[in-house]
Amino acid sequence: MSDFFSAFMDDLPQLRSGLWVTLEATILGALLALVLSFVLGLMSISRLLLSRGVSRVVVEFFRGTSLYVQLFWFYYAMPPLTGYELSPLVCGVLAFGLNYGAYGAEVVRGAINSVPRAQYEATIALNMTPLHRMRKVIMPQAWVQMLPSLTNLLIQLLKCTPLLWLISAADLMTAVEKLRTRTGETLTAYVTLLACYFVLAYALTLLMNLLERSAKRKLGLDTGGRSLLKSRSAVTAAAAGGAR
Amino acid sequence: MNEGFKWGAVGEALPLLLQGFKITLLATLLGTVVAAVLGLAIAVAGRAPSRFVTVPVKVVMEFIRSTPLLIQLVGAAAVFSSVEPLYIGIVVLGIHYATYTSEVYRAGIDSVPKGQWEACRALSMSPRRTWQAVILPQAVRNVLPALGNYAILMFKETPFLAVITVQEMVFKAREYGAAHFVYTEVFTLAGILFLVASYPTSLLMRKLEKRLGH
Repeated sequence: MSDFFSAFMDDLPQLRSGLWVTLEATILGALLALVLSFVLGLMSISRLLLSRGVSRVVVEFFRGTSLYVQLFWFYYAMPPLTGYELSPLVCGVLAFGLNYGAYGAEVVRGAINSVPRAQYEATIALNMTPLHRMRKVIMPQAWVQMLPSLTNLLIQLLKCTPLLWLISAADLMTAVEKLRTRTGETLTAYVTLLACYFVLAYALTLLMNLLERSAKRKLGLDTGGRSLLKSRSAVTAAAAGGAR
Repeated sequence: MNEGFKWGAVGEALPLLLQGFKITLLATLLGTVVAAVLGLAIAVAGRAPSRFVTVPVKVVMEFIRSTPLLIQLVGAAAVFSSVEPLYIGIVVLGIHYATYTSEVYRAGIDSVPKGQWEACRALSMSPRRTWQAVILPQAVRNVLPALGNYAILMFKETPFLAVITVQEMVFKAREYGAAHFVYTEVFTLAGILFLVASYPTSLLMRKLEKRLGH
């Protein structure tokens, strides 16, 4: 056990760079997913049949085929088909972003639909433009609804990043796995790794709670300091409300 | 570099992938059973009157839920190296999802009107009898569609099992791809098989959910 931790200290630079790759994949993947969720989510409530159809097909496609298959497809299948070779990190960001973007699109759609009908009618009565209505009335209310589900998706995305190890990106899992083979301390290595991910997940949850609180404040709902420390509700965004 | 799509390889790999697909389905099915049973146990334990039970249950659940399934799988397979990988996969998958399904059950239990508990109290039923005869029959019916959704999610995560050498579909795909160097074809095929299996199921679940009035 002490062997493992002295080796851990020696390997600190690799571990730090591994942690960085994991964070990079999480954050970039989450940003891509966020953009896609809004684009696809807004498309799915559009009045145009074509835009609804395109969004539906894209969402069902990326939700239906497994993330694992998508990641491997980008890594193994893209190069022979197109001639472009993507770096493992880019493959990861693309696969995570597309997959979770598809799940997020449903969250966005559900949240916008959950804003009371009367709010829409009031904006129409006030003669607001569609953009103005979205920005000032609908979105601030929908955003508060979305945040808990988006937090869950973000944590799920973080939990998928060890997949990068399989396509030989030098992420946190890869660094600890190397350490494990060298020291032979299997149980310690994996428990340490799990603890690292738990800390990361909790830190991200706290950040998202902060965001949720400020969003609620803008609506005049103050939730108090305790709400910042609450853990996530476990009903995943991917499974809550409607079959996925 | 561009060699085009080899249709021949698709035809050749299909029987192999379908063979792996059986293992995929088996793992999903048994994993769902584990998750459904264990989730119920966790949900009931979470309502225990003593904090010495509820707090540890909550902490362990939060830990399992917040950490990657892949590491749990690889770790379990390394620690219990003598056990058949498929069994490890089913149990780990089941435990991981039980932490989610327990929350579904919890919501289902909460949805049983408070008057029902009070009625049981008034009839001086034992706690065991209360759960068995009154609460659970009402709670479980409501949560079935949500459990189905988790089964679909689990189905899409079964490829993780390939990492611990369970011979499921993606394992077979990788094996065949590596041997013949036709990754594009086999992974496309695997993706389509996933889509074909999961989309109709999720449509079915949506229908069921609507019928139960959620």
